[in-house]
Amino acid sequence: MANGQTEQMNALTEKLRLRLDEDQLTNCMRCGFCLPACPTFSETGLEAESPRGRIALMKAVTDGIMVPDQAFEDQMNHCLGCRACEPACPAGVQYGQLIEQARDAIEDHKEHKTWVKVTRKAAFKTVFPHQKRMKWVGRGLKFYQKSGLRNVAHATGAMKLFPKHMRDMEKILPDATGQGVVEQIGERHPAKGEKIATVALFRGCIMDVLFTETNIHTVDLLTAAGFEVVIPRDQNCCGALHAHSGEAEGARDLARRNIKIFKEAGVDYIVSNAGGCGALLIEYDHLLHEDPQWRDDAVWFAKRVVDISDLLVRAGRRLDFSQDNTPGDAEPVRITYQDSCHLRNVMRSADAPRKLMRQVEGAQFIEMKNADRCCGSAGIYNITQPEMAGQILDHKMEHVEATGASYLLTSNPGCLLQMKHGIEEQGLSGQMKAVHIVDFLHERMKK
Amino acid sequence: MLQEEVRRELISILGSEHFKDDPQSLVTHSYDGTPMLQSLPDAVVYPSSTEQVSQIMKVLSRHKIPVVGRGSGTNLCGGTVPVQGGVVMVMHRMNQILEIDLENLTATVQPGLNTKQFSTHVESLGLFYPPDPSSMSISTIGGNIAECSGGLRGLKYGTTKDYVIGLEAVLANGDIIRTGGKLMKDVAGYDLTKLLVGSEGTLAIITEATLKLVPPPRYKKTMLAMYKDLYGAARTVSKIIENRIIPATLEILDNATIRVVDDFAKLGLPLDMEAILIIEQDGDEEAVERDIAIITEVCKSEKADQVSIAASQEEADKLLTARRSAFTALARLRPTTILEDATVPRSKIADMVIEINRIAKKHQVQISTFGHAGDGNLHPTATTDARNKEEIERVDEAFEEIFEAAIRLGGTITGEHGVGMVKSPFLEWKVGPAGMEVMKAIKSSFDPHNLLNPGKVFAKETRKRVVIQRG
Repeated sequence: MANGQTEQMNALTEKLRLRLDEDQLTNCMRCGFCLPACPTFSETGLEAESPRGRIALMKAVTDGIMVPDQAFEDQMNHCLGCRACEPACPAGVQYGQLIEQARDAIEDHKEHKTWVKVTRKAAFKTVFPHQKRMKWVGRGLKFYQKSGLRNVAHATGAMKLFPKHMRDMEKILPDATGQGVVEQIGERHPAKGEKIATVALFRGCIMDVLFTETNIHTVDLLTAAGFEVVIPRDQNCCGALHAHSGEAEGARDLARRNIKIFKEAGVDYIVSNAGGCGALLIEYDHLLHEDPQWRDDAVWFAKRVVDISDLLVRAGRRLDFSQDNTPGDAEPVRITYQDSCHLRNVMRSADAPRKLMRQVEGAQFIEMKNADRCCGSAGIYNITQPEMAGQILDHKMEHVEATGASYLLTSNPGCLLQMKHGIEEQGLSGQMKAVHIVDFLHERMKK
Repeated sequence: MLQEEVRRELISILGSEHFKDDPQSLVTHSYDGTPMLQSLPDAVVYPSSTEQVSQIMKVLSRHKIPVVGRGSGTNLCGGTVPVQGGVVMVMHRMNQILEIDLENLTATVQPGLNTKQFSTHVESLGLFYPPDPSSMSISTIGGNIAECSGGLRGLKYGTTKDYVIGLEAVLANGDIIRTGGKLMKDVAGYDLTKLLVGSEGTLAIITEATLKLVPPPRYKKTMLAMYKDLYGAARTVSKIIENRIIPATLEILDNATIRVVDDFAKLGLPLDMEAILIIEQDGDEEAVERDIAIITEVCKSEKADQVSIAASQEEADKLLTARRSAFTALARLRPTTILEDATVPRSKIADMVIEINRIAKKHQVQISTFGHAGDGNLHPTATTDARNKEEIERVDEAFEEIFEAAIRLGGTITGEHGVGMVKSPFLEWKVGPAGMEVMKAIKSSFDPHNLLNPGKVFAKETRKRVVIQRG
């Protein structure tokens, strides 16, 4: 090995030693209870592809048994970050934090190729942190979709210049908008009937560009259930994509800005309708625990974060889901649900969405086998690790099809896009639709 | 690192995809579920057939390279740590159910099959495979056989050894042997099947197993009893058996465990209780109801403070929460959790728990005890921190005394985890010098060059036994 390379690796070792939480590494007692919960272990059967294996690799680096090579970096990035291992762990190891610390050290250390650097900078520093700029993206995307440019791109084969998995994704993207939820319906919405509490809606950056309707429907459900809703205009991206991609400082910066804005709004709850965002919001206290200036406010914030389903079930007035769009004597419509990993494993909310689905009249909820397993979307995993993501999706779609459901519901935009992609790819579009649970409930709510 | 020639030979048998010696593979096969043990192998292989295992063994024995068979690496005795390097043989690719024979009620399976998957499949056919080690959701049948795993149902249904009736195994020199069969009776020669069960990978690599299945119980009932007097709980255990009742499970939690579990799961358990018994009976409805009535009477006559009987599965699950959370609650207490399995005749349960508490206090270490009271198999569990060398020494000393106490009470150093590396210095205490000689002779007749899982079961040196004279 060339000397330069060795030095590079030693520098990474040092970075990992500084970043990785030694207590968490020691807390893993290697019982192996996480293995059956891990999607990449299930797919490969390889110990290195399991949470226990990855923690052992991290520990081996900090113990000086192993030098972090390219295979080590790849292995850290191969993890979906679904965190299904955490509820399975008897010792309560915070695996999610460990994997993000490892990725952060790797990212910090890495010399990216120029084009990757430019793209990462554009995404993580220039676009995502600024909701206004996200809207430009929305408008650009909308222009592309509506102006006929999309047809030109498809007809001329220009899309073929992109890798297959990106082409597939482009096909299922919903119509984007440059007008977010605040622009469309305003900032403040009184409760219908007696007010139970005041809540702030966390609109999300991608949610608000691609799924603005869902945000509007979220407000409708909340006000109908007795909540006054405010949507702070200046809120930002939650920082999840940053945190999961080894850009911890960027994530912390966004967290501080969001905490400030929501604190000023003075609300009882901060409601998210995207499991991926909610899971990071609820961990702002962890993210900022070393920041004395922000620590207490971060705890204040994290305590108030709740998913829409959870809040409706826990504190809301029971909604009337008797809006039946089907003819009287028709069979009940079959619905099924794909858990958002972060909603289930981090926000620990698995029962609430199921309870709501069971309340819908004229619908029959079918529990899907392995619904608690990651669908392979995992943030931007389906873009960075298309092969493993594809393998996981194929297995997922077998279970989806077996339910015979007409609606496949989920609670996170990434999962929703992945499910739409799966349905399209398996040629099931004629019989089944992937829909955000909020949109389905809204459609069935008696208005 | 293996010699280039050996690598080439192994790759030609396995294909390059199923031979690994990159740092990542070596590090992730350097440990198992045992705390504080780690040793790197030289290579990891993933065979797909008995024939491949045989060919691999021929190569390895020709070059005198050690080999450690491995399922999922969940054992707690250091059984799959490659302490002398060599090759770790992972059996995950040999994971098929080869046959379920409904006429003979047997299953023939490959060793890499997941225990839980097997058990669920068997249950879907209306049959029952009782061994239920706590690691069953990840462990393999091969690993269970190598360690002779037990579980909660050991008292009534027995352990792995009672369900293995035939084996195919590869010897160190690559020869393939078949033992037993789909036979409930077979006295043709020494019982090599039973010998291989629990041999911890030191005699042969198991490549196929024929397992006995039984009809499942039709009905089940769960109850819980709390005691302020440990001896009252212990007498309850003995009296239940005296009443000719063998419960399906009969578990105990001591006061230290009750406190930790309550703090973790917020169950509102009374903290002045010295012991909780969790009892399950299964069988035909009428018999189960009768047994539960008798057990309730026994509990009351032994002055149980509270007795609760579950009216539904939901309530049963609630009663079982305390037992189910025991390990989790203890594991979260401190970074390192050392779970042992000293076992005594069930009449000595109370004496043993009191001995454990005395020893823990003497060495100023935190040891909580829970376990299978019905079969005398206790799990004294030390919660500590591997980074604190001085404390770890005190934990070691305490466990040494606990093993000694178990033997003094007519028990054993390990009931279901195996000897491995952890308990090898104490094996002679249990089996005696003559016993050791016989075992060593058996080992060398199977494996003359000591290549199969070397460094396990037999220690270089037996720990000097200090018998404590008391009273």
